[in-house]
Amino acid sequence: MSTPSASLAQPPTAGERWMDLGLRRGAQALAVGVLVLLAAIVVEIGAVAAPAVRERGVDFLTSSTWDTNRDEFGILPHIWGTLYSSLLALLIGGTLGLAVAVFISQRFLPRRLELLLKNVVDLLAAIPSVVYGLWGIFFVIPAIRPFTAFLHEHLGFVPLFDERSPGPNMLASSLVLAIMVLPTMTAVSRDAIATVPRKLREAAFGLGATRWECILGVVLPTAATGVFGALVLAFGRALGETMALAMLLGNRNEFNVSLLAPGNTLAALIANTFPEAQDHERGVLMYAAIVLLSITLVVNMLGTAILVRSSRKAAGARP
Amino acid sequence: MTATEPTSAAAVAEDLVIDLKLDKLWYGKFFAVRDTHVPVTRGTVTAFIGPSGCGKSTALRCLNRMNDLVDGFRFDGSVHFQSRDIYHPTIDPVAVRRYIGMVFQQPNPFATTVFKNVAFGLRLNRFRGDYEERVEHALRRAALWDEVKDKLHSSGLALSGGQQQRLCIARAIATEPEVLLMDEPCSALDPIATRRIEELMTELKERYTIVVVTHNLQQAQRVADMTGFMYVDTTQGGRTGYLVEHRPTAELFADPRAEETRQYIRGEFS
Amino acid sequence: MTDIRVQTGPQPSPERDVPVERPKLEHDLRAVRTLFDRLLTALCALLSLVAALPLFAVLWLLIERGATNFRLDMLWSLPPSGLDTTGGGFGNAILGTVYMVGIASVLAVPTGILAAIFLAEYGDGTRLAAVIRFAAKVLTGMPSILAGIFAYAMVVLATGHFSALAGGVALAVLMVPIVVLTAEQAIRAVPQKMKDAAVGMGATSAQVVMRVTLPTAMPSVLTGVMLAIARAAGETAPLLFTAQFSNYWLRLDRLEDTASLAVLIYQFSGSPYEHQIEMAWTAALVLVLLVLLFNIAGQVLAARSDHSRH
Repeated sequence: MSTPSASLAQPPTAGERWMDLGLRRGAQALAVGVLVLLAAIVVEIGAVAAPAVRERGVDFLTSSTWDTNRDEFGILPHIWGTLYSSLLALLIGGTLGLAVAVFISQRFLPRRLELLLKNVVDLLAAIPSVVYGLWGIFFVIPAIRPFTAFLHEHLGFVPLFDERSPGPNMLASSLVLAIMVLPTMTAVSRDAIATVPRKLREAAFGLGATRWECILGVVLPTAATGVFGALVLAFGRALGETMALAMLLGNRNEFNVSLLAPGNTLAALIANTFPEAQDHERGVLMYAAIVLLSITLVVNMLGTAILVRSSRKAAGARP
Repeated sequence: MTATEPTSAAAVAEDLVIDLKLDKLWYGKFFAVRDTHVPVTRGTVTAFIGPSGCGKSTALRCLNRMNDLVDGFRFDGSVHFQSRDIYHPTIDPVAVRRYIGMVFQQPNPFATTVFKNVAFGLRLNRFRGDYEERVEHALRRAALWDEVKDKLHSSGLALSGGQQQRLCIARAIATEPEVLLMDEPCSALDPIATRRIEELMTELKERYTIVVVTHNLQQAQRVADMTGFMYVDTTQGGRTGYLVEHRPTAELFADPRAEETRQYIRGEFS
Repeated sequence: MTDIRVQTGPQPSPERDVPVERPKLEHDLRAVRTLFDRLLTALCALLSLVAALPLFAVLWLLIERGATNFRLDMLWSLPPSGLDTTGGGFGNAILGTVYMVGIASVLAVPTGILAAIFLAEYGDGTRLAAVIRFAAKVLTGMPSILAGIFAYAMVVLATGHFSALAGGVALAVLMVPIVVLTAEQAIRAVPQKMKDAAVGMGATSAQVVMRVTLPTAMPSVLTGVMLAIARAAGETAPLLFTAQFSNYWLRLDRLEDTASLAVLIYQFSGSPYEHQIEMAWTAALVLVLLVLLFNIAGQVLAARSDHSRH
């Protein structure tokens, strides 16, 4: 291109063109790297778990004994404990989280207070889980002790309360776990609620609905998919939460339905046992890890897929 | 691609900065523009007018290959800049845009200081010299210097809308491009800021060749030497824009040849 | 005045003296739906209050048990053994945490930002970008303990040592998806018209990204980075498998077990010695302050960038 003397314009140099190509390729490579990372996690953990999986097979999943000396290992109690604590936490944390999400998105409060409450709940997510564990040991467990004693004494014939530990127990663990999944529940379901088109709410109000008639009749049903996705994601968080449970659940490798008894989860088992474990036990723990990975991966993929769907639907519904 | 018209004499070709020949233009399956041929002479202001959706912005964006960014864009025809076909496969669109500057509909300063906004193009073109002098020069010519000389190092986004648009003009002319494209540069501005920009255009045409898209007929009359009127053809089912006539502004407004032009400039439809 | 009298003046004629049902526009607390509405509002408020309480309960206990024992020399002393009843600190743990989070940031931040550039710019709308975004979201929900096991398999087994490097890799795995997703949002928020301006001046796409898009998005990108750092600094589980713990100072010249605040809290929380438990509380306070500091810094950056864009 002929360069007129007056103009300062210069065509891009070869270097600029190489930079352009380099950034494009580099960004793409690293983005693909995120995908590779996920795959590598599955492959690597699979690889270290493979010997134990081959050696122990399905028995490992259905046996309830954990005895290092006799080399007998089974994680049925841990799978049970993982699901049990997570469901309890979801029941409590999910309810609270959804209540907060509704409360801070439906004009109950002045804007500033909404923001304050939102930040308070967000900060709950910032507190490290080991600190929750510490707090649980020295605050929650002693605080609920009279209550669990009462339950055990008067309702001990119910299987839920038939065995009690004054120390670490399922109820305390689930309460702390509920607090930990609450921010996820609030943040994700609040986003889902925010995608409900204004005109739908206005239509409900225009028909003379009260605020709660609008929320229960229009807002929540419309956001239902997103709220369900939030529940699934919160469940995934609970399944994988490690430290608080390692510190509060008592590390007892036995199957138990009592809320007041100690127990164990997959993640807590691995965290508690690994540092002092011998090599062969470490191999077995890797088997437990691949089980945990499989469960959480499925739950997380499900939750994420639900949310992707619901947000796409919401985007499509908007004019 | 069509060859240059055999009739154009060497002397004319010398003055011909841009030769736009759009025969058919699509965005994906949408047939957007047809039969729009506009030669642009050095040192003039050419205006495109017409109802909304007539393809005047599309035509303008062909001149510096901004349409390349739109998925599904393709066209039959050619665009020549100083007798070079800018859509030729060997041409780098990035280089084209360095010679043909653009001012957009919405003022779009970068989120940085006034100074760095104007210096952006200079840095891009690896200018080695006195940046301060260049920046001041560009700001003076954009008639903004007096208003911003004390806040060169505060954010360009803090300026008023009209000031922002003049900042964008300063940014575009700092590198002394050959041609300045302006896509409805005043549509987001109030009347006073608009007048300021129009005055600027008439001053700038001494130096630059300007092509401006406007929906404001008075603006075209005030600033343009040549005016192209585009209209929408709905007869074939779609909404395809085309050039109705392209003539010296005074002639076009005084004595429109086509019925559509006559009705449009009388305000019988918009 | 007279108007009012005129309005009230006319007596209803006998024919029209039938009681006309007037719409009731006043609040009626006895109406079931009003009561229901109030009740649910109260319940919702109560639940929200319950949800907010734990934060204050945790902070209160941290201050009560952690701050009272705090001594400045804890910040540069080594941990006490079980037999010590006074003295000691967690200087090596602070240093270890900072060092490992630093390694993780060096690995994760550039990677995450470049990947985000791909998702928001180059690959926008492609199936590949959608799949990568999905993978990043799944990674954010992955249990942190698995990141630890991954780094154990990748680094510890390969090098034969527990080390700060392995810990840094584990934390990086947790940081990458956070940085990717927040940076993508930030880059997407840059107005198209700004990018158009740069393109219109003949900037190559790399120049648009490096000189306009990224600088404009940077405050929000940093918000995401701060969140990721805060998350990494508080993580315990991944470090149990990678860095474990050490009672000694960090050494840069070889791979060996490395202390961190989080693991120190975990170990001392189960200690039979009162002094170590007190130390756990003080370390927890310091860790929470560190984490909150990064969180608040992130919030401030976010607020500032919101401000500058309007």
